Amino acid sequence: MRQAVIVEEVSKYFVEWKKKPVNGKIIDRIFSFLRWKRKKFYAVNKVSLSIREGEIFGVLGANGSGKSTLIRLIATLLLPDSGSIRVFGHDVNREELAVRRMINRVSVEASFFKKLSAWENLAYSARLYGYTPTEARPALEEIFKHLELPEEKLSGSLENLSRGMQQKVAIARALFTSPSLLLLDEPTTGLDPKSKIQVQSFVRKMNKENGITTLLTTHDMNEAELLCNRLVIMKEGRIVAEGTPTELKKLITNGNGKSEVAVTLEEVFLKLANEGN
Amino acid sequence: MLKLKKRSPVIMELRASVAFFERMMNLMRRYIGWEIVFLAYTLVNCLTIGLIGVSSGDPQRVLYLVIGAILWGFLSLIFHELSENIAWERWEGTIEHTLMAPILRATHLAGNCIATVIYGLARTALILVVVSMFLKVNLGNANLFAASVILAVSSLSFIGLGLIGGILPLLSPEKGPQATHIIQALILLVSGVYYEIEVLPRWLQFFSKISPATYTLKAMRLALLEGKGISDLKGYIIILLVMGIVLIPIGYIGFRIAENYARRAGKLSRSG
Repeated sequence: MRQAVIVEEVSKYFVEWKKKPVNGKIIDRIFSFLRWKRKKFYAVNKVSLSIREGEIFGVLGANGSGKSTLIRLIATLLLPDSGSIRVFGHDVNREELAVRRMINRVSVEASFFKKLSAWENLAYSARLYGYTPTEARPALEEIFKHLELPEEKLSGSLENLSRGMQQKVAIARALFTSPSLLLLDEPTTGLDPKSKIQVQSFVRKMNKENGITTLLTTHDMNEAELLCNRLVIMKEGRIVAEGTPTELKKLITNGNGKSEVAVTLEEVFLKLANEGN
Repeated sequence: MLKLKKRSPVIMELRASVAFFERMMNLMRRYIGWEIVFLAYTLVNCLTIGLIGVSSGDPQRVLYLVIGAILWGFLSLIFHELSENIAWERWEGTIEHTLMAPILRATHLAGNCIATVIYGLARTALILVVVSMFLKVNLGNANLFAASVILAVSSLSFIGLGLIGGILPLLSPEKGPQATHIIQALILLVSGVYYEIEVLPRWLQFFSKISPATYTLKAMRLALLEGKGISDLKGYIIILLVMGIVLIPIGYIGFRIAENYARRAGKLSRSG
């Protein structure tokens, strides 16, 4: 099977400037503006993974573990400091336009022009992806039907829609372009249970029927287990475990006589994410 | 699910370039209250400056000042809209969506520039009509064709300056937009918007010579006050064209470098 994404030894660090503590001397206080210290922290540290075409691949991790940074690196929004990322054979650094033509992304925060209506925002996206709003409308209407998004709500200012509805519009915006790779960064965070189920079943449907390869980050272990063929768990920018949900469960059942059926992914996550703390 | 047909790259780029104009029109409609406020403010500003000329009793002085006020309104709007675009999209939270769209950065920036110039021209024309009626400005001697050419040519160099200004918010999300205001203020100071540049201290006059607004204002005043034609103004037109041809690529290349820096330093988004 073809590899959709190959991430090899990728690292990404950010720099933080921190002020060193000032002692009581007046001269130190005057020149305190010179006492800045450069601190490098790795958001993603030598990460390697590969995602097969047509699979739903999950990335689990606590807040700040590097999940969103990894998605941004694949989405061409960040440049890696070392290592390489290829999307369907295209290098994200050197062939960013070719990569952008194959991907779309839903971020945790619904990023829209808040005063514009959903339709106006979608018309903007349609044009950016080379379609007229009229061409894009039937595909969008179909998605709205699946997600039970009432069309009469789509003409008013987007800021008046609930968080759940905004997120559904974001999902529609990412999917109508039929991306080969869909990057979902915590797409169901903040959604009510019904909306969550609708989004999850739609992601599965898109994956099954259209073969859309999906990279999903989530804090919801049930969602990960339900949707993902394979998973990685990230901790402090590194991958600490990789496998199918069953394989990951085996990691903590081995040796304690417990069956993997009796273990939840949440237990696996808590154990692996807290190891070494 | 309905699968949309993939378009050729050329069609994609052409369609994408329209996105920015359409977005601007939609935003204007949604922020109509603010549009009216800004228009009224610019209008009152132009009238106030024109009335300073009226108080001097010299009709030519009125026109001199009005040209400065209206033209500065146009040029500063182009500079402001282009340079603030990144800061504003970052504030809205849409910057990553726009920058990861599968279009050339040149299309993105050109689309933005065209939309801004059309908006600026429409706004300036409206202000010109109202100010002319209110101050009874006599344009009988004016060469309006030459003035239009000057306006078009000067737009190029201000597009270039706007693109250069747009680099700063990419480099520094907090201080960048503040720095663009300083650049805008300096251009206002040195370009002879309301006075001849000769009144400036000699060391500041150097900056007047490298500001495209200086040549725009001089040429525009010659066209509107003295009725000079294209042949009389060709020196200014060439200078403005050269400035535009130099500044636009500098702005574009600088923007690309700054965008890559922002991608490396993680400065595109506000959070996450």
